[in-house]
Amino acid sequence: MWQNFIRELARTMDEIVGSLGRFLPRFLEMLLILLVGWIIAYVLKVIVRSLLKIARFDRLSEHTGTTQLLRGAALPSLTELVSRFVFWVAWFGFILLGINVLGVIGIEQHVASFFGFLPRLFAALFILFFGLLAASFFSRASLLSAVNAGLPSPRLISWAVRTMIILFVVSMAFEELGIGSHTVSVAFTLTFGSLMLGLSLAFGLGGKDLARKYLEKRFGREKGEAPDGGDELSPL
Amino acid sequence: MPETSILSDDFIRELMNVGEVDIVVGVPTYNDAAAVGQVVQAVRAGLLQYFPRARAVIVNADGGSRDGTQELVRAASISDLNISADVHALRTLHSISTQYDGGPANGIALHTILAAADLLQAKACAVISPESTMIEPQWVERLLNPVIRDSIDMVLPVYRRHKFDGLLIRNLIYPLTRAVYGCHVREPYPSDFAFSGVLGSNFLSQDIWKQEQGRSGTELWFAISTITNRCKITQSFLGTKARPENAPTDLVKAMRESAGTLFASMETFAPAWSSAREPLEAPCRGCQPAVSLEPLRLNRKRLYQMFAFGMKELEPVFLSILTPETHAELKRLAELPEDRFEFAPDIWVRTVYEFAAAYHRAVIGRDHVVQALVPLFRGRAVTFLTQNREASAEEVESNIESLCQTFEHEKPYLLQSWNGGK
Repeated sequence: MWQNFIRELARTMDEIVGSLGRFLPRFLEMLLILLVGWIIAYVLKVIVRSLLKIARFDRLSEHTGTTQLLRGAALPSLTELVSRFVFWVAWFGFILLGINVLGVIGIEQHVASFFGFLPRLFAALFILFFGLLAASFFSRASLLSAVNAGLPSPRLISWAVRTMIILFVVSMAFEELGIGSHTVSVAFTLTFGSLMLGLSLAFGLGGKDLARKYLEKRFGREKGEAPDGGDELSPL
Repeated sequence: MPETSILSDDFIRELMNVGEVDIVVGVPTYNDAAAVGQVVQAVRAGLLQYFPRARAVIVNADGGSRDGTQELVRAASISDLNISADVHALRTLHSISTQYDGGPANGIALHTILAAADLLQAKACAVISPESTMIEPQWVERLLNPVIRDSIDMVLPVYRRHKFDGLLIRNLIYPLTRAVYGCHVREPYPSDFAFSGVLGSNFLSQDIWKQEQGRSGTELWFAISTITNRCKITQSFLGTKARPENAPTDLVKAMRESAGTLFASMETFAPAWSSAREPLEAPCRGCQPAVSLEPLRLNRKRLYQMFAFGMKELEPVFLSILTPETHAELKRLAELPEDRFEFAPDIWVRTVYEFAAAYHRAVIGRDHVVQALVPLFRGRAVTFLTQNREASAEEVESNIESLCQTFEHEKPYLLQSWNGGK
């Protein structure tokens, strides 16, 4: 009995040692992958940061108003954020590769789906960034035009333009990511449609005189007439 | 020949029929039927009276008129004029007209005229605006004579204008051009001017025609380019420039054409103006007092309201353009009641210089920088109108001169702001 116990124990020990012997190289391989991955991710981060600095990416971010948003949320600059994002995406990819090497059942599928998801993630971020840029540009353009034309509530007009573009961009980004794509699209369509209907009714019924004046001014303008009819200066 | 690409085949054929000429007079038009006839007649009379031996052609570059402007140009003839009996045409005076694509745009019209002058190898070229309804035949002589007889490269006009006309020129374009480029030209954005064929060909070869300054504000760019190249410039007193009825008063458009072009030129010609250079002389021939004083009512109250409204609504935009000190000062001004409001020259100059630097650094979209200057200019215009309401011609001149000197005195501030010191 005692001998049987000793034999079983020895066999178990052999199996454990054998498993360890098989696992240890894989584990070391994983550690190596993590280390190399970390180095590669870090180098990528440095390269991306330098490239963005050369391209004056922070200036672009300032123009779009992103810097102010980030500052408000106590976040680092956009260059820093993008380079950190690249670092984490790259390193996370290597972590998954490393885990894959361990041979854990079912992990390969997750690794493959992660790498399949990456292009869509980048596309969504791309849409989001340039969408925010467009929102900032067009909201400022509408603010300036409204102020120079002496229209009432220019900030409201500017805010409405910005909100509509951001809504549109966010719905596009979610659709790209495949997150609640139908819900987001329907929500956007409903919001946009009702906003436009509301504006049409307000402008067409409530402000029909204003609408008539605007249309007359916009399409009936001949040489020499100011679009706002505001200034009587002869500037040049 | 890339410069001829803007000319249509039919127009080239017409130009070939004319052959080589000494003088080209260009008239850019767009729906100017009301005035173009008398302008072209005066030009013809001037050419026949003062340059009877010269081979000359009047070139009309039209931006797509639908009111018969082109027909009027072609039809305008010397027979309608009452000029002295001893004037005889020694040569045929051609008058041709073309419609350019992509118009109406003064820059494209000028491009067309320059290309035609270059093709005809003209020695001198003048551009006359159809809005110059007060034109007399002597204008042609005063513009072209310095080029033909004294080998001057460019002749810019000086007009007698109402003291409240050309406010943007008087408060911004003239003083800023003078301070930055060191040349005292009263009308750096001319509507009537002349230049040598060589200068025209050089300008034609510049790489600006596909850019914004090749479409609008081109005359200003031409004048600045001539100043920075240290060419020979003179100014000729032409006479009274009438305030055109239904004059375009779109201030945003005017600001884009003038201040936008000037800021863009400061970017391009930065090496020329940021280093110490001798001022460039631009003597004035036959100059007379340039201010007239007829009564004219302008709505200062509305201008003031639009300034205050702009200051309030555009605060986030101004914060990204102006220094905190200048912004605070302007905010204080906007809170003053109208009767105590004064946009003093030193604050105006600092504001303009900070806008120029913001344009250079592109802190926001450059067109937005230029548009944001409009409400502030309205504020400055209020002060100019108030200051000169009862002023004599000499006092108006003295106030403009004082503003110019403030611009010149503060130029180091511009350099500091430009180089990121502010």
